Amino acid sequence: MRMLIGLLCLACAPAWAALEVFACTPEWGALARELGGDKANVYTATTALQNPHRIEARPSLIARARRADLVVCTGAELEIGWLPLVLAQSGNAKIQRGQPGFFEAASAARLIEVPAGVDRAMGDVHASGNPHLHLDPHNVARVAKALAQRMAGADAQNASYYVERELAFQARWREATARWERAAAPLKNVPIVVHHKDLSYLLAWLGMREAGVLEPKPGLPPSTAHLAALVAQLQQAPARMVVHSAYSDPRPADWLAQQAKLPSVLLPFTVGGTERATDLFALYDDTISRLLAAMR
Amino acid sequence: MASKWWCAAALAVALPCVRAQGVESDKLREEVRRLQERVQAVEKARAAGESAFNPAISLILQGTAAHSSQDPDAYQITGFAPSGGEVGPAPRSLSLGESELIVSANIDPYFRGQLVAALTPENEVEVEEAFFQTLMLGRGFTLKGGRFLSGIGYQNEIHQHAWDFQDAPLAYKAFLGGRFNDDGLQLRWLAPTDLFLEFGAEAGRGRAFPSAERSANGAGAWSVFAHAGGDIGASTAWRAGLSYLYAEPENRAFADVDSLGNPVTQSFSGRSKLWIADFVLKWAPAGNAAVTNLKLQGEYFRRDESGTLDYDDRAQSTPQFGTPFSGTFASRQSGWYLQAVYQFMPRWRVGLRFDQLDYGSVSNGIVAGGAGPAAADFPLLGTPHDPSRASAMVDWSASEFSRIRLQVAEDDSRAGVTDRQVLVQYVFSLGAHGAHKF
Repeated sequence: MRMLIGLLCLACAPAWAALEVFACTPEWGALARELGGDKANVYTATTALQNPHRIEARPSLIARARRADLVVCTGAELEIGWLPLVLAQSGNAKIQRGQPGFFEAASAARLIEVPAGVDRAMGDVHASGNPHLHLDPHNVARVAKALAQRMAGADAQNASYYVERELAFQARWREATARWERAAAPLKNVPIVVHHKDLSYLLAWLGMREAGVLEPKPGLPPSTAHLAALVAQLQQAPARMVVHSAYSDPRPADWLAQQAKLPSVLLPFTVGGTERATDLFALYDDTISRLLAAMR
Repeated sequence: MASKWWCAAALAVALPCVRAQGVESDKLREEVRRLQERVQAVEKARAAGESAFNPAISLILQGTAAHSSQDPDAYQITGFAPSGGEVGPAPRSLSLGESELIVSANIDPYFRGQLVAALTPENEVEVEEAFFQTLMLGRGFTLKGGRFLSGIGYQNEIHQHAWDFQDAPLAYKAFLGGRFNDDGLQLRWLAPTDLFLEFGAEAGRGRAFPSAERSANGAGAWSVFAHAGGDIGASTAWRAGLSYLYAEPENRAFADVDSLGNPVTQSFSGRSKLWIADFVLKWAPAGNAAVTNLKLQGEYFRRDESGTLDYDDRAQSTPQFGTPFSGTFASRQSGWYLQAVYQFMPRWRVGLRFDQLDYGSVSNGIVAGGAGPAAADFPLLGTPHDPSRASAMVDWSASEFSRIRLQVAEDDSRAGVTDRQVLVQYVFSLGAHGAHKF
């Protein structure tokens, strides 16, 4: 009996330990840090230089997931190629799908580009909609609210701590959002060429127009034929810049920019994508200032 | 609401305002109505009853066009007991490969299930995997049961459609019949450390090589394995493992010919112990495999077998001996392979593989006894041959879901003859987006 109680006590997680968070992508890692402060120990599985869709279920990720209290991912099938395996091999009951320790940002956000039907002939489309949802600050606010509740649930002792930090974050975020919207006013209706449909939320938020996509279909590498067609298309309907994210191959964007005599703009895409983009606020600051710089 | 009040107040002042506002709100109302209709349609589609719980289904289509200088039907690995698996090179000419049907889903919050069925070009269905796996054991434990690809070695757990070459390494062909997928139970434990440390044990009925189908209570094959892995910086990931497989085959029979070229049956009963050391290393600049990446993989196999060998030529009409012989048999044999696959630009990869088997030491009590069959009556087991093979491939993937491969090989599996093989292979996957093992 005494041994049974001892075993049970092993089961009640040590109260002094920090909340172990396994974040799939840098933006959710950064958000978990904003909300978790010094009560959360956040591990980020991918970097801004990696394509979150094309990660492998590496041993190091499985080892980290084993000890996690909370998994924070994007959802909308973004991590479908690796997360299911990491979860299945982690031997960790807390973070399985459907458990409180499994959180998907897409469940709290508003998704756009939800296809009416899906077929692989359309390329790598996602049935639940475009998963790159973090470049709309209103989505970040929605996800922050839901994530803080989840963190409070996972670490009940510090529940009020997370709730307070979330309120403070929301206030700073609202103010920053208003500032970004004012600063980005000149970007309204500006046509740009993107590499992948990973900036759709940013474009929709700022009212920019997508004048072309370097990938012939989502997820397929740009082909020479498609690039040549884009050059011709841009002669008819010019764009203001060619934009690519830090993790994508810069060469197609640079080539097209040179051909069409447009500025080629690198965007951080997520936290850590550029030197300046050190947290969520800096990510938006840097993104907007890079877009504005290309307008000059 | 505010605009309504404002309009009401302004009503007395300016009627046109109301009209303009009316047109605007009519438009908005129409828009909202259309949106509501769409949401309802989506919700209806989502709640479409039972089909919402359909498992994830994917289908793999494969095929080859092959040319080989030796007949694939007469394939053997001289010096090594035949493993009974489908280990021969791809059939000559155009040929369908195995079509794999993969069905998987969470069963409930506690279990996950998966079926991998292979539809063979001979119009048969083979169950490659059909297992349940626990989700909620926790503390790093996972229990798997049914038929599954064993956790021993590195490539063993990788499905054939995800291999980097069309066929298995020679060591897998000789020591495991291509792959080991027993019916049994597997328990894995993952250590709570930053370094990936995993331990596993399996017990199975021993339905296939190196065991043999039998009718006995209790397990016929046991295995244990340990894996370690981690990252070196952001660019490199690795995993290394050590595995041990123990089997007690009874009457593991195979056909050979005697010194006169007549068919005879030989069978082995005894103990089979197999050790495997494996490693894999993957590199991509900053961990982004989209443009270039490198995969280096190698495994070393070593097998000790000891027991009795039976020799029987009575099935012939005019047998050389006409009486069965039995004698002690012991062998210590090994093999390894090393392969590298490099993606040099998006869509394109090249790969090289080298295979080597070592005949090692074999002691045959029947031959040593001198009373019956001599060394020449055991061309398969008794020819001291060290098989080897060199393969090269280049493949092109239009997307994540399609791959076309050109592969050439110079295969010295058979003593005294070199088989030159050229083949083109296609691998297409339909349906649910599968997750691939590291």
